[in-house]
Amino acid sequence: MDQDITGELPHLVLSEDGSYYLQGGHNEALGKYVFPLMGGDKEFFQPVPLKRQGTVWSFTVQRFRPKTPPYAGPDDFIPYLVAYVDLPGQLKVEARLVDIEEEEVEIGLPVELTVIPDINGTPGSVMHAFRPLEKRAV
Amino acid sequence: MTDVGIIGVGIHPFGRTEGRSGIDMGIYAVREALSDCNLNWEDVQFAYGGSDASGNADTMVKQLGLSGVQFVNVKNGCATGGSALYAVASTIKAGEYDVGLAVGFDKHPRGAFNPLPEEWGLPDWYGAQGYMLTTQFFAMKIKRYMHDFNISDMSLGRISEKSFANAEHAEHAWRRSPVSFEEIMESPMVNDPLRKYMFCSPAEGGVALILASEKKAREIGAPFIKLDAAIMRTRPQGSFEVFAPSIENDIDGSATRLASQAAFDLAGIGPEDFDLAQIQDTDAGTEIIHMAENGLCADGEQEQWLAEGKTLLNGQLPINTDGGCIACGEPIGASGLRQVYENVVQLRGQAGARQVQNDPRVAYSHVYGAPGVSAVTILRK
Repeated sequence: MDQDITGELPHLVLSEDGSYYLQGGHNEALGKYVFPLMGGDKEFFQPVPLKRQGTVWSFTVQRFRPKTPPYAGPDDFIPYLVAYVDLPGQLKVEARLVDIEEEEVEIGLPVELTVIPDINGTPGSVMHAFRPLEKRAV
Repeated sequence: MTDVGIIGVGIHPFGRTEGRSGIDMGIYAVREALSDCNLNWEDVQFAYGGSDASGNADTMVKQLGLSGVQFVNVKNGCATGGSALYAVASTIKAGEYDVGLAVGFDKHPRGAFNPLPEEWGLPDWYGAQGYMLTTQFFAMKIKRYMHDFNISDMSLGRISEKSFANAEHAEHAWRRSPVSFEEIMESPMVNDPLRKYMFCSPAEGGVALILASEKKAREIGAPFIKLDAAIMRTRPQGSFEVFAPSIENDIDGSATRLASQAAFDLAGIGPEDFDLAQIQDTDAGTEIIHMAENGLCADGEQEQWLAEGKTLLNGQLPINTDGGCIACGEPIGASGLRQVYENVVQLRGQAGARQVQNDPRVAYSHVYGAPGVSAVTILRK
């Protein structure tokens, strides 16, 4: 039987209603989730949309520019917030936090998935991030 | 099975040595270790060694002597030294050889490590978007830990203050000037809550250990520090380790907890028996976490332990007596073996101004690194 274990699956997916979701993997029998869903995981995990809302589980500020490679951001560096976001009943995912000042962030803060322009500068390309729930645009 | 122990130790000073390659530091350490136990290179029957980024250990036979010795290269990330030590010890315990060498060395460029995602089973975007940093992981792990167990920023500062104070008396350490608590707490933030003086830096160095059976050690009249346990473990299900795009909801266990427990079981002794310990201190936060993950204290007790100075050189359980990674820097291939080197020196009573008092008899070491590997040892004299 053919087995594609090398194909990279998208971790950020645009759904038909125009919103994005993070794609993880779910093994129902084990009750386990993975993120991202890598080619080698496909034997054990079914693709599943992850929850869009969660809470900040831990966070830090990245204050120095990571080395390139692998970092693909611009030379002009602006520190950024990074968090593990707890998606209840699923898992915690690592993501940037946006639309918030560092002194406003605390463990337990409710956040939701959003997208920001990809730091690699590719026009139209986006990357995932989370932002505070109460700051949602109406 | 045959008892195995360490009879010779050698180290090339950690830090920066312009004009000397990583492998040359390894060779320097091997010569020191041979001289320490009055052996010649031709007496070494087999060797395991490695570096993370500075080449193949077995090529050092060109300088040490083309004796035809069996020499196996090890590449096991932060557990490289620990894995080499395990292999040498196991071979001697099995009775196959009497005298073996474990050697580790490295020479890293300045600044944070820049691992590439594909080498760690991760998608490219993880590195491209700025998540693939060990400092980021350690910062978020200690941030949550401090929240869960009421650990203050003061404790982070106390760890670093101790590291620099101990290193002042360690000839092989890199940063040997004491740094005051105030200076540490006012140093620039790198990855909150961790500041500049709370992190170790990639560095250079080499360490060599000569191991032998107890019988052989007696024959050649070398001091014998018994290796009660040398264990390496990878991460279990549900652990929270470095380079993790996600963490399972039920966090339980770690590579460190598995390795330390296995070592306690094998040696038949536990933390209450230790007279000193070297534990992985990639930053001040990880020393705090690893105090508990190695069973040296309970989660949350660190705040009081550090306030009372229990892990200082004259405390109840001195930790990182040569300043650890924070003051010695981290040449990946050599780092775990440096801890064992320091324990041997301490158990022999040769540590000079940093000597742990009251004749220490049992010493523990623990190294940890990406992507969730840990190697520990228990030494006894």
